[in-house]
Amino acid sequence: MAKKAKREVQEINASSMADIAFLLLIFFLVTTTFDSDYGIQRKLPEKIDIKTPPPEVKRRNVFMVLVNREDLLLVNGAPGDINLLKEDVKNFILNPNDEPNLSEKKEINSKGFGKVKISKGVVSLQNDRGTSYKKYIEVQNVLAAAFNEMRNERAKAEFNTSYDDLKAMAAKANEDAIKKCEAIEEVLPLSISEAQPKDTRKK
Amino acid sequence: MFGKKQKKGVPGISTASLPDIVFMLLFFFMVATKMKEVTLKVEVKKPNASAATKLEDDSPIRTIYIGRPSGEYAAIFGTEPRLQLGDVLGDVNQLDAAINDWRNEINEAERLKLTLSLKIDQNTKMGIVTDVKEKLRDLNALKISYSALKNSD
Repeated sequence: MAKKAKREVQEINASSMADIAFLLLIFFLVTTTFDSDYGIQRKLPEKIDIKTPPPEVKRRNVFMVLVNREDLLLVNGAPGDINLLKEDVKNFILNPNDEPNLSEKKEINSKGFGKVKISKGVVSLQNDRGTSYKKYIEVQNVLAAAFNEMRNERAKAEFNTSYDDLKAMAAKANEDAIKKCEAIEEVLPLSISEAQPKDTRKK
Repeated sequence: MFGKKQKKGVPGISTASLPDIVFMLLFFFMVATKMKEVTLKVEVKKPNASAATKLEDDSPIRTIYIGRPSGEYAAIFGTEPRLQLGDVLGDVNQLDAAINDWRNEINEAERLKLTLSLKIDQNTKMGIVTDVKEKLRDLNALKISYSALKNSD
């Protein structure tokens, strides 16, 4: 057989590899957005028959928050301050000194803690069609923070961990944490009710 | 005067590992990148809320944008706040069709978990927001999230 000439295998020049990689890198750098979606999560009330009468709630069990079209607050009939709202809501729901003008308590048989007294209080939020969304979220945020703080304090007292931590553990499917979360939520339900907004626009 | 200096050779830095480093960064960004799904046709500047929580990734999420039509769209649709559903601008009455479409995209087991993320411009008036919420109640799409920026204070 004829002797084959030994051919050298040409090496591929890899010096442009870095350039190509840089190009791709820059493309991905520019298109990357690290915005994970945060939000205040709520469940809307189900549509009910108009014929069904609304449940009767005593005046003392309602904490009224009104926001008008000028973005001003009316809390329980008096002009309110958003900075004081959180403490007021907490005080109203917890009612530590059993004052007669704050929310009543009822005894329930809870799954987590047995017989406990929980508040019958409801925070009623009503806004105008002209209220700005910014103010609305500000108020919703304060209410959410108030309930969160109450739950945190309760969880600290009962389980020695905050509700936020329990929630984080529950998200990782920790059975124990899920149960504890449910127990806390049962004794401190998120009792915010939204009334039909008013329409005070000048026609 | 001066003695002839001996030329000292500075050894060149090897750039052979540069592609490796760049590739490492490249893979990181490729994995971390989430492409923007839609082009926004309305202006949305989200409000701040410290109590905002992260949306669970395991439930299906669809987004409703509400705000003033931006730039070129303002000429066609005016400056009143509008809804953007997917890629189209619309009004409250188009919600039925949109939500039906979204529900059909999701498999049945997950359908009840559909969460609607409301991305609403902070200067929008509550009127249109209320209309949307009422419509969602009619359509029995009750899980919502008021999208907000989580600030530290």
